[in-house]
Amino acid sequence: MEIDTDLLIIGGGTAGCLAAVEAKELDPDLKVTILEKAHIERSGCLAGGINAINVYIHEGESPESYVRWARWYAMGLLREDLALTMAREINKAIEKVEKWGLPIPKDDKGRYLRRGRWGIHVFGESIKPILAKAVKNAEVDVYNRVVVTNLLTKREKVIGAVGFGVRNGDFYLVRAKATIVATGGAAGLYKPKNDGEAHHKIWYSPFNTGTGYAVGIRAGAEMTSFEMRFNAIRIKDVNAPIGTIAVGFNAPVINSKGEKFMQKNYAHLGGEAAPTPLRVHGPMEEIRNGRGPCYIDTRRLNDKDLRRLKEEYLDEYPTLVLYLASNGIDLKNRFLEIYGTDPYIVGGHCNAGYWINTDRSTTLEGLYAIGDVAGGASSKFVGGCFAEGIIAARAAVDYICNKNALEEVDPELVDKERYRTFAPLWRYKEGRHGPTPKEMELRLQKVMDEYVGGVHQFYLITEKGLEIAKIEIKALKEQAENLIARDLHELMLAHELIDRLDVAEVLIHHLLYRKETRWPGFQDRVEYPHLDDKNWLVFVNSRKNPKTGEIEVFTRPYEQIVPGDRYNP
Amino acid sequence: MLTIVIHHEKCTGCKGMKEPLCVKLCPGDLIMIKNEKSFIRDPGDCWDCMACVKSCPYGAIETKLPYELGYKDAHLIPKRKGKIIVWELVYSDGRREVFERQVRL
Ligand SMILES: Cc1cc2nc3c(=O)[nH]c(=O)nc-3n(C[C@H](O)[C@H](O)[C@H](O)COP(=O)(O)OP(=O)(O)OC[C@H]3O[C@@H](n4cnc5c(N)ncnc54)[C@H](O)[C@@H]3O)c2cc1C
Repeated sequence: MEIDTDLLIIGGGTAGCLAAVEAKELDPDLKVTILEKAHIERSGCLAGGINAINVYIHEGESPESYVRWARWYAMGLLREDLALTMAREINKAIEKVEKWGLPIPKDDKGRYLRRGRWGIHVFGESIKPILAKAVKNAEVDVYNRVVVTNLLTKREKVIGAVGFGVRNGDFYLVRAKATIVATGGAAGLYKPKNDGEAHHKIWYSPFNTGTGYAVGIRAGAEMTSFEMRFNAIRIKDVNAPIGTIAVGFNAPVINSKGEKFMQKNYAHLGGEAAPTPLRVHGPMEEIRNGRGPCYIDTRRLNDKDLRRLKEEYLDEYPTLVLYLASNGIDLKNRFLEIYGTDPYIVGGHCNAGYWINTDRSTTLEGLYAIGDVAGGASSKFVGGCFAEGIIAARAAVDYICNKNALEEVDPELVDKERYRTFAPLWRYKEGRHGPTPKEMELRLQKVMDEYVGGVHQFYLITEKGLEIAKIEIKALKEQAENLIARDLHELMLAHELIDRLDVAEVLIHHLLYRKETRWPGFQDRVEYPHLDDKNWLVFVNSRKNPKTGEIEVFTRPYEQIVPGDRYNP
Repeated sequence: MLTIVIHHEKCTGCKGMKEPLCVKLCPGDLIMIKNEKSFIRDPGDCWDCMACVKSCPYGAIETKLPYELGYKDAHLIPKRKGKIIVWELVYSDGRREVFERQVRL
């Protein structure tokens, strides 16, 4: 299948949907195309719904005050230019989605109901169908069940993308005047906390497997801050978000002795509201030092609160509610345990992702990155992803109007990409032997957990471990040349695995490079346990040379734009 | 116990539809039709987003926690009614709670 389009959007999720509609609004004559691996009605992080939009600039706050907070939350290192441009668009973006049909409760003065300093409550069970409908109304061309496998480039310029139809087995060749990548972050890099039939009960969407990063890495795009992993503190077993209880109901966390250890140990850093890495580090240290399990203390919640708590989880993470019922848990006399999750790479929570400009253009001409796949501006969440979609659409439309031509694609490149896309399936059909994606997944996750600071190692990262992992991942990448896929679904799993290997390799390089511990809980470098602003108040960036395959790691300066103490919100 | 259970006495395979909603919407591409019934390819790969459960016109799909995570029998049944969704929660001891949530403006 060959498609020519003005604007190509890879991934019809939170950020991708906003970008698509914005582009059509700016120029209804543009042809805007979304390639989506699942079906946009229920794909990506928002598949199950949400109960809050984090990041809204409330009355009395400003983009600058948001940046001060987000910078502190990221332990003093943030792309302030990105955070500022995003914050300026967030409120308008949310109001737009409200008009599309998202119910948002308001107070008697008509203001959105606050959840914490930066959030608002929403009735978001159907947020994804609502976004999908807006995309449809805007007459965007959506191709569902198309798995993108690579970008098409010509002399460092992105000229489209390729993929395959997981239903029809077609090869998709898309030529575009501009491309926006919006495929979300990467899950499944590490051994999860649960086994067997529960292995996908992880917090981040297990179907976002880092493709957006991987296609950029392979094409030579610059990446930033992969070492700022996202290890989340969540309700143990089901890995449900805890913000709903902790922020929504102001419930403290306690250790097995009943001590409010966050308030005790981290008072100077915000206590219960300390930056997220510390909120992971705190409980994990308690558990590691024999003061676990740790709990979220719901004692103060009355019957009405407990009912509202369940309602809110039904909008976002219904499994938690089923978990209560399936284990006979009554929150009045039993607390919920908390624990860390497997580590993820997620630009919406941390700084990991594409190195971008304020217009969301990447280091490759013609390519833009938004949402969880874009780096530098952590703490963007849903509101920030919306805003980035709008910003990138504007820039991409501008770019299309100024340089109005599709590029010819070299037929040799097309053959090469077609082979690369279908090789695991063809190998199987030829009767060749090789590992299956699931076998390789287990190996990858084991290596990453054991040598690259997985949750089972309390996230601790050692130099020696990283060196071993480097060798192991290299070996796995060689093995991946023999991967087999028995059907189209497994072909998708094969590409997810290949993409995660590329992400894992870059992650290890980043972790090795930063010789300090800036984010305890996310990036605990055993040999370098302290924060070191003198040497490391910089971004660690990387670029894989597409010709040699070498990964070059280097630094980029941090620039303070909003004045003030970086360690104070 | 599985992560989703497809009650085959209720599942009609949505004959006549190009793609049954459960097959169409699963973000992990996990559901397929065999002999006019829906099946999950690999129960362990389910994320519990409940897209299939909410969309099934016959109420034939139910989310169940794997035994590892929830060992008592309980039910959580969503039903979409216009602009609201009604959730019925049945505890292992038979206690029942009903919740109503707005989902559209
Ligand atoms: C369980 C959970 C709950 C959350 N709750 C909240 C909340 O209440 N409030 C809040 O503000 N934030 C919340 N967040 C964070 C927020 O949801 C994310 O930061 C945001 O949705 C990410 O948007 P995105 O567009 O980058 O990714 P997504 O919305 O996940 O979109 C990525 C899209 O790309 C597609 N894709 C992936 N790979 C390919 C490929 N190879 N080819 C084609 N398409 C592909 C995916 O299918 C998906 O549709 C939550 C996150 C999770 C995981």
